Amino acid sequence: MPKLIITDRSGKKSEIEYDSNFTLMETLRDNGYDIEASCGGCCACATCHVYIDEKWTNKLKNMDDDEESMLDQAFDVKKNSRLSCQIELSGELDGLEIEIAPE
Amino acid sequence: MTDKTDVVIIGAGPVGLFAVFELGLLNIKCHLVDNLDKVGGQCAELYPEKPIYDIPSRPVVTGQELTDELIKQINPFKPKFHLNQQVEKIAKTEYGWIVETNIGTKVEAKCIVVAAGAGSFVPRKPPIENIENFENKNVFYAIRDKSIFKNKKILIAGGGDSALDWTNELSKDSNVTLIHRRKEFRAAPDSVSKMQELETKGKIKFLKGQIKKISKIQDSRIMLEYENDDEKSNIEVDYLLPFFGLKMELGPIAEWGLNLHENLIKVDTEKFQTSTPSIFAIGDINWYPGKLKLILSGFHESALMAQEVFKYCFPDKKNIFRYTTSSKELQKKLGV
Repeated sequence: MPKLIITDRSGKKSEIEYDSNFTLMETLRDNGYDIEASCGGCCACATCHVYIDEKWTNKLKNMDDDEESMLDQAFDVKKNSRLSCQIELSGELDGLEIEIAPE
Repeated sequence: MTDKTDVVIIGAGPVGLFAVFELGLLNIKCHLVDNLDKVGGQCAELYPEKPIYDIPSRPVVTGQELTDELIKQINPFKPKFHLNQQVEKIAKTEYGWIVETNIGTKVEAKCIVVAAGAGSFVPRKPPIENIENFENKNVFYAIRDKSIFKNKKILIAGGGDSALDWTNELSKDSNVTLIHRRKEFRAAPDSVSKMQELETKGKIKFLKGQIKKISKIQDSRIMLEYENDDEKSNIEVDYLLPFFGLKMELGPIAEWGLNLHENLIKVDTEKFQTSTPSIFAIGDINWYPGKLKLILSGFHESALMAQEVFKYCFPDKKNIFRYTTSSKELQKKLGV
């Protein structure tokens, strides 16, 4: 199974296996990470905000306008900010490193 | 003055609205309270334009269309809405319950139905250290009295409708600066072009960046530090108005002594009653084994809840189960 490397809000790193049928948000939520995702994944809030490790930013599909404009409601937005509900986990992302953004 | 009714429904989202229908068929009258300025809950606030595909018999319906149709469907029952307010306290009375909101509305009812979804919508506050010490003095998340801003220096933060609308409005009598992380805005195109016109004319200023620090300086002014691509700058103003949309939180409901399961209200699956008799919970706010947070589950829960509420409202009457398709009496209530 492909893996993700996750840094949580306390700075702790952990590794989890993922199933490529799920989005990054769903994977984080179902593995018990503290991610609110209050709209349930329809890109209508900004509570599943993550930072993508610089090595990986180019390997993800580009953000659409919806996601970019939803990020306006997030804080501490950086160049590598994404909403995890919009990231579909394909097999090619094996080893993806992400950090959960502050609340 | 205290209003009297049969049921107070907390939350006017799709499930709260449909509860009015199911209760109405049983002659039970309802008041609804919601913290938003409109009905429809998340459907109207978060995703009015987004499609929903899993409402029975509606292959596709948007959040706003669903809300509009529900309002139409419950209209015969004349529910009373108390919007822009949050239920703060509930207390037991001889009649049933008295429900009091944060702006002092009081309604007495036989039963309470909590249909609060993921909780109340409240402003999303930027995570700036000590910002709470400046709230309601230098920092406002909503504007009730715009006259206090006259001739003052104001920093508005955000890129949505509230940020742009208030930038345009307050620029008439105040020195306004708008700060946003990028030069694109999600607000309505009309407001955006108006803001850009004001900026060209020098009536407002625009800064690119995100606010990181707040501190007090003399004459009750505040200093804000903001960052743009790691470059730090400062701006001194009288007021900061952050508009970063709304988020949901459970709020006062958590303090009413109802048994909870991870911030959700535990109910039984026959009556959808909470651990406190005559208080019910339906929709996304409740929990029972197998619970699915679907609008259609909330609709089902409404119908079953209504059967039990009937017993509290009319203890001496027999509830005869009838269909709207065939019952003349129900059709009369619906005005069809």
